Formats: sequence, structure tokens, C-alpha cells
Amino acid sequence: MAEADLAKAADPVGEPDDDIVICVRDLKNCFGEQVVHEGLDLDVRRGEILGVVGGSGTGKSVLMRSIIGLQTPVEGEIKVFGTSMIGKDETEARNIRRRWGVLFQAAALFSTLTVAENVQLPIREYFPGLDQDMMDEIAAYKIAMSGLADDAGAKYPAELSGGMKKRAGVSRALALDPDLLFLDEPTAGLDPIGAAAFDELILDLRNALHLTVFLITHDLDTLYAICDRVAVLADRKVIAVGTIDELLALDHPWIQEYFRGPRGRAVTEHSGVRRPGQ
Amino acid sequence: MSELAEPSQVAAGEPRVLSFSGNMTLARIRSITRDVDVQPGERLIVDLSEVDRMDTVGAWFIHRLRRDHEVELTGASQEQLDLLDTVAAAADRPAKLRPDAPPPFSRVIAMIGEAVLQAGRTLLGLLGFFGALLITTGEIIMRPRKLRWHAVVQRLEIVGVHALGIIGLMSFLVGIVIAQQGAVQLRQFGAEFYTINLVSRISFRELGVLMTAIMVAGRSGSAFAAQLGSMKLAEEVDAMRTIGVSPMEALVFPRVMATVLAMPLLAFYASIMAIFGGMMLAWAQLDITPITFIQRAREATPVNDLFICLIKAPVFGIIIAVSGCFQGMQVRNNNEEVGFRTTAAVVQAIFLVIVLDAFFAVFFSSIGWI
Repeated sequence: MAEADLAKAADPVGEPDDDIVICVRDLKNCFGEQVVHEGLDLDVRRGEILGVVGGSGTGKSVLMRSIIGLQTPVEGEIKVFGTSMIGKDETEARNIRRRWGVLFQAAALFSTLTVAENVQLPIREYFPGLDQDMMDEIAAYKIAMSGLADDAGAKYPAELSGGMKKRAGVSRALALDPDLLFLDEPTAGLDPIGAAAFDELILDLRNALHLTVFLITHDLDTLYAICDRVAVLADRKVIAVGTIDELLALDHPWIQEYFRGPRGRAVTEHSGVRRPGQ
Repeated sequence: MSELAEPSQVAAGEPRVLSFSGNMTLARIRSITRDVDVQPGERLIVDLSEVDRMDTVGAWFIHRLRRDHEVELTGASQEQLDLLDTVAAAADRPAKLRPDAPPPFSRVIAMIGEAVLQAGRTLLGLLGFFGALLITTGEIIMRPRKLRWHAVVQRLEIVGVHALGIIGLMSFLVGIVIAQQGAVQLRQFGAEFYTINLVSRISFRELGVLMTAIMVAGRSGSAFAAQLGSMKLAEEVDAMRTIGVSPMEALVFPRVMATVLAMPLLAFYASIMAIFGGMMLAWAQLDITPITFIQRAREATPVNDLFICLIKAPVFGIIIAVSGCFQGMQVRNNNEEVGFRTTAAVVQAIFLVIVLDAFFAVFFSSIGWI
């Protein structure tokens, strides 16, 4: 029963250390002479939205690429869902990979496919046996869930605005009902209203689908509005992880500058609004 | 997690009980839909108490059951109910998933019309571009300080010097082929010796310059289109304009000039390499020594042949560079356009070169350069 095997492999019920979804230990990444990460440790807990911040060039995207296997680290260990990802063979890696979805910075939609086809592509790749009607219905509700208009499925990426592209990217990332969602600067380039709506979308999706979200951002509003914890990248490693209040209590110059600088202060002062888990 | 749905015993008139167990996920949706066979209008009791994991696809399936049948839901956890609500809110909207396809007949007509318009626009655009280039050239002649020598030299190195290896090798091989094929035919008349005439004259008059033009179009014409295209996309060209630098002057003219300068040199070099290839073959196969070959070639080839080569080459250079730059400057909207325009530049350049070459052949024959 090939299908049963696939279903079994694809749907592991429980793992030993269930609460840590991503576990990075002692990670080292270099580009030639330039060391991007050294001795980097990070844990992402199940069900949380972890914001990753850091100055430009501190390797936020490189960290994400290492975790999702697009960049092989020089040293260190990366475990996702309790399975070590380094040196995994392709079939095993595939089964892990289908449990996460990734939204790249520029959405990375396939430009020759419509939005609906973009969403169906991962499903078709992993479950080729599904019939077209069912795929259409699935794609339709995924597109609707990501907050796109009803006619968006028929459009090509070139016809979408920046915000709509990101939403389409999310619906493709959610195509396989992942447990883990990676978002690389999802609100960059969106207007404040669009960015706030997108934050809302991520929060709603996390709550409805029990996702774990790894979110790289520069957007202080996003950090305050939706992140449960924030990891700060500086000096080639994660220098601190915690809620914003915990980070504010720390005495690191970059963190202080980041949250207490003119922009940070503006958000801090108005952020009585809503915080997840409170 | 083995059994998916167990239809229990149905008493007449009673609703049927469907108990699901195990995972209700995308991975299993196919077998779930296959195993659950429900008659339209049937009353059901759906029991979810044994379900371990349900994702949106599972929820969507339950939602569909509830939509199409009279269903009483039991045993669902709060989490599952929330998920059902989320999916129900998103499903069943009049979603449009495919672009409208126009009827085939009008589509074909529209495509032909589009192609005609496109061809007309390209021709006009190319003429306009050439005119703008002439104006820029005039301005530069009036004020020679405007000429960017540095850019010209840089392009000249890439278009000319870097092409020496590949053009030399290609011409050498073509020379061998011409000599070999020619010798086979001429042998039938006992005129093998005329292979020398064939190779040396055809190399200067046609092959050297034509092969060079094709190679330069493929190497440099495409590169111009791609470079200018990506600069256009990154708004570099617009930035240049706002600063007050004319892109025609800074980008297009140096490329055209470099190609115009490089082409005659490359064409001459290619002709010599082709003759060299022919000479090697003649030596190896026809026992004609290089000394004899060179002597005979000098007698057989009038200096007009060289002039033909050197007149055609810069003209082809203009065509290649202008096509490349023109197509590059037409890039708009998205990255895909860059590839499309690059292809168009090469195709257009080679096509125009060959058309013009035919005109040149007739022209030179009628003025008596035979």
C-alpha cells in the first residue's frame, strides 16, 4: 500500500521533544572569508510566532535559508520537528519539507502560472492522484483563507499588487497544510494599512491552523502586534530571545537602540493595543 | 489510524453514523473520499471523536458533507470546530480559478492582428531609434568631448578581443569544411587546384564577415539587450535621465561604436583564419604546400574582395548593436521580458544581416566587383 506508506510517513503523530519545533545549535555559516554566523543557537517553540530581528547583513535570511536547507552550514546542527536536517537524504528531507511552508521576500510566485495553479502545484507534486475538481475546491478555499478576492485565482502574478502577491504567496505556503510557516519580511514594501491587515492575517491563520511561525522582519509594528517572542541577531549569533518586555530590560546597545530609537519609541508608546497571548 | 470511516448498521429511517478515525489530512483525503459513499439527501451522524489530527482539507471535507447533507456532528473538539468555522468561512465562494479563454476564432484573428501591429511598431521603433542614434552621433561629432572613450574601449575589449578565440576557431573549421567539400566537387573536373580560389575568395567576400556577424550577434547583441534590459528594469536608465545623462550617449553610442570598430577587424581576422583552415586541409589532403597555396591565393583574390569584407562589416556591426540596444531599451514590466527581448535582438540582428548581405551581393556584382 504505497498510499498508506506515504500517508504514514507524511503524518507522524508525535515526536519525542514535541515542544521545540526548530532547534539550531552551534551554527556556523561563512561566505568565503566572511563569517555570517558563529555559535548560533536558537529554539522555536510549537505554536509561537517568533520574530527574528537584526541589522541589515546580520544574516537573518541566511539563518532561514539554513533551516530550510537552501544553504548548507559549515558547522552546527539544525533539527526541525526533532529530526536533524543536515546530511539528510532527499526522500527523507522531502517528507519534512512538506510540513513547512515558506513565503519568500518577493513572494517568489511562479510567474507563468496563475495564482490557483501556484497553490495547486505543491499539492499536485506531493499528491498527484487527486482529481482536478477537488484540487480546484481546495485551491479556492486556500485562496479565500489568505484574504484574496474571489477572482484572484485566475490572475497571473504580474497582475497582482505587492500585498496581493504576498497573500498569494501565503496561500501557496499553506497549500500542504504545514505545521510551520517561514515568512521573510512579509510586510516589507506594503503600505501601513496593508501591513496591518497582513499582520492580522498571520495571527488569524496561526490561531486557526495552530501554526508555528518563523518571521523575519524589520517592522516594529509587526513585532508588537503579533510576535510572541523576538530573537535578536547581532555579532554573528542570537544575542537574546524573549518577549519585547524582556528584551527591553536587557542592556545591549543594539537592542536599546532598536526599541528605544525614535521609531521604536513611537511604536512602544502606542502599543497598548493588543498583544498575543494576553 | 487504519480505518477511515465505519458506516455502522443502518436501521430504516434512522440516520447513518459515519465515524472517522485517525488522521483527516491532505495525505489521506483521497482514500477518505473514496471510502465515504453517501447518497444525496441521506441523513448522517458524523462522529469525529476518534480523529487524531485534522487539517484544513479534512475540515473542508466535513464542511462539504455538512453543506450537501443533513448532518449531525458529534464528538468534535473545540479546536476542530474552530477549524471547521475557519474553513467554512473561506469555502464555497464563487471563486474564479481560470482566466477567461476567448473563443478560438477571434483569438487567432487577434493574434494575427497583434503580430502585425507588433511588427509595425518594431519597424517604426527601430527607425526612430536609429534616427535618435544619428542625432546623438551628430552631437558627438560637434562636441567630441562628449564621447565616452573609456566606455568605448571597455566594450571594444569585450566585443572584439574576447571574441577572438571563438571566432578564430569557428572560421578555421569553416575554412576546412569549405576546402574539403569544394575539393570533392572540383576533383570531378580535375580542377582541385581551384579549391584555393574557392576558399580565399568566399572567405573574404562572404563567409568571414557573415560568420563573424552571426557570432557577434549571438555574443554581444544579446548581451547588449540583456544589459540594457536589466538596467531599464532597475530604473537605472531613468535615474540616468533625471541626472541629465543621455542614455543614448552613455549607453547606446559606445556600444554601437565599439561594435562598428570591432566588426571589420574581426571579419578580416575571421577571413584569414578561414583561409588558414583551407590551407591546412589543402596541405594535408590535396598535397598543395602552404607556399603554393598563398601564392595562388594572392593571384586569385582581387583586392576588391577585401574591400567588400571591410565595407560590409561595419554596416553589420551597426545592425547588430542597434538591434541589441533597441530591444534592450524596450524592456518593460518584468524579468521575463528581458529574456524575450534578448532572443528578439539576436533573431532580428541575424535576419537583417542576411537580408542586407543579399543586397550587398547584388550591388557589388552590378558595380563589377566580381
